[in-house]
Amino acid sequence: MLAETLGRFLQKRYPVEVRHQISESTAGWSSAHWGELAELGVLGGLVPEAAGGFGGIGFDIAAIFEQLGRAMAVEPFLGTLMAVRTLAKVGGHDGLIGEVLSGASILAFAHEDRTSRYDLTNIAAHARRDGDRWLLNGGKALVTHLEAADDIIVSARISGVRGEQTGIGLFLVKRAAAGVAVEGYPLIDGGRAGELQLADTPSMLLTDDAYPVLEDVVAAGIVALSWEAVGIMDMIKTTTLDYLRTRQQFGVPIGKFQALQHRMATVALEIEQARSAAINAANGLQGDRAKRERSASAAKYTIGRAGTLVAEEAIQLHGGMGMTWELPVSHFAKRLMMIGHQLGDEDHHLARFIAFEQAA
Amino acid sequence: MNLDFTPGEEQFRAEVRSFLKAKLPARIADKVRTGKRLHKKDHEEWHAILQERGWLASHWPPEFGGPGWTTAQAHIFDEEVSLAFAPRVVPFGVSMLGPVLIKYGTSAQKSHWLPRILDGTDWWCQGYSEPGAGSDLASLKTSAVRQGDHYLVNGQKTWTTLAQHADMIFCLVRTSTEGKKQAGISFLLIDMKSPGVEVRPIITLEGEHEVNEIFFTDVRVPVENLVGEENMGWTYAKYLLTYERTSEARVGAATAALSFLKQVAQTEEKGGRPLAEDPLFAARIARVEIDLENMKTTNLRVLADSASSAAPLELSAMLKIRGTEIRQELASLTRIALGPYAQPYVAEALDEDFPGPQIGPDYAAGIAAHYFNERKLSIFAGSNEVQREIITKVSLEL
Repeated sequence: MLAETLGRFLQKRYPVEVRHQISESTAGWSSAHWGELAELGVLGGLVPEAAGGFGGIGFDIAAIFEQLGRAMAVEPFLGTLMAVRTLAKVGGHDGLIGEVLSGASILAFAHEDRTSRYDLTNIAAHARRDGDRWLLNGGKALVTHLEAADDIIVSARISGVRGEQTGIGLFLVKRAAAGVAVEGYPLIDGGRAGELQLADTPSMLLTDDAYPVLEDVVAAGIVALSWEAVGIMDMIKTTTLDYLRTRQQFGVPIGKFQALQHRMATVALEIEQARSAAINAANGLQGDRAKRERSASAAKYTIGRAGTLVAEEAIQLHGGMGMTWELPVSHFAKRLMMIGHQLGDEDHHLARFIAFEQAA
Repeated sequence: MNLDFTPGEEQFRAEVRSFLKAKLPARIADKVRTGKRLHKKDHEEWHAILQERGWLASHWPPEFGGPGWTTAQAHIFDEEVSLAFAPRVVPFGVSMLGPVLIKYGTSAQKSHWLPRILDGTDWWCQGYSEPGAGSDLASLKTSAVRQGDHYLVNGQKTWTTLAQHADMIFCLVRTSTEGKKQAGISFLLIDMKSPGVEVRPIITLEGEHEVNEIFFTDVRVPVENLVGEENMGWTYAKYLLTYERTSEARVGAATAALSFLKQVAQTEEKGGRPLAEDPLFAARIARVEIDLENMKTTNLRVLADSASSAAPLELSAMLKIRGTEIRQELASLTRIALGPYAQPYVAEALDEDFPGPQIGPDYAAGIAAHYFNERKLSIFAGSNEVQREIITKVSLEL
């Protein structure tokens, strides 16, 4: 229901030319569209009822991000999902959640640093107690829509070393707080992110046992990215089939050539497998830890592998036109490939799947 | 979409498990688990056990002797029998001809043939492929000429699985050469004991006798053995193939093969540690395991989408491709896991009364032969390239 409303809105208000304009603007996202989407209740769909939303299970997240993928939306949905889910998990922040869901405030989620390479325990930033506040030091990398954020959720080590699951804290940092340095930049897929530096930055502790929260929030992020990818892959399939039916060479539409037909049949098959993996991850998000993590890693691995195939085949089957900025297919392909670089790549999640397998 | 089974369905699963524990003969399960040869009497024994419980024709409607299961129940049953290493129900009568007769047969045909499938009176085989009609099935030439109250059949079928045991064969025959080649095909039931029917074995690459050639020379077939209308056989054949291809997902069989592979990889060693812990081999297992889990969900989506248990053609084509790729990969990984002991092959070691000695690990005897035998999966029931043609035409509309 919400997904249909969102789909109709995006079709009408977010055609690809508008998307490109927004992406190329200084901010790199549209606060006007964001406000309207908040009003439609799209943000509330990402959050459970108990925390002030009216969704938040895997299939709610799935339905929303599938539509966002189809439109290649560049607004800060992923960061919002992960930040608000964090607040909902730790509890006691309904006021701030309400502000975010209304569109009045933007939150960013900053966890990995330059050398984390997708390992959730591998962070260097650290926190030190100073009276009733905490001072943070260190850097965070590739924080999506960092520049847009009013507040930032930041992870930092309270104790322990890289590799340990204990001793990680999550903190709320005001964008305007002392010692916050932000360097924003555009991404190759049309999005925006930034590097964050913290120097004795005062913050509020959200939890001093962050690892279980991080796992859950990252799993939700993986469900979101997987379904964004499914939405993109469906669009790529449609546009590539159109091209195969209309582009003429040797006197016939190129879709008449068996070499291309069989490549396209494989693409279609892999998209259905990827959709199944994304369904499993959405279903697993409500499960126990092993089920959730196993299905999330299986999905991210599958999406990574299938996404690369679909993106590369789409460009190949479009021939020279696939190499142009002009056709939407190249932008879909770029976003699809870059999803593989967020929250763990194919190899990372295959290794993680094996680790859960061997622990079972 | 809810992928979890209901408490009622889980209870059904428990019921299936306790039935298998009580009724599946250990002798037969052991043969399946270790890849030993199954004989006709093994299949007949297992069919009779299933039929006694009313579970042989798991997807037939109750009025014809099926259990009236939901698609979820049939899926659970398939999974559990495979995991228990029960033999696969020989599909030709129960899974292929049965649904065609139920949909297209006359009431006389239904009341005569269906009970005989269930009680094992007739062992059926499938007469589709010909030397000149493999992937291009519609170019088949075996002819049936109407002469009064019978057809006169001449021609040759090939790759006929287990025809050496068969009492009856359902055949696609040409009754007309006019119009499109698909338009002149009819669906005929032929008694294998008829004068003029000759069965010759084809020995496959691993040395086994599983498939046959069948020659028809002036074979008389009563006209009441025509199913449906003359020249409409292609429609019935396509309906049957949908069943064949959906069942080629073989989720249960692949799950059992994965558990066998893991068992072998735990037992075999590399550098003094279980092979299963070698990162390169573990990655190979994990890749196929994830592919299988994805396909399980695709299979459930297909089951949920289709009102009957016959799937949409393009999705059954996808399941056929991915299902056979997965089982081939599992057979291949099990062969690789065995290391040098994949090489010895003593054909008699696959018989249950083999006195030994066993060479290498006790599970080794049939693994390489099974790997070679499984190469058929991407060739039969419409090669995987033909499946891509179906996806192209039906779904992609290119």
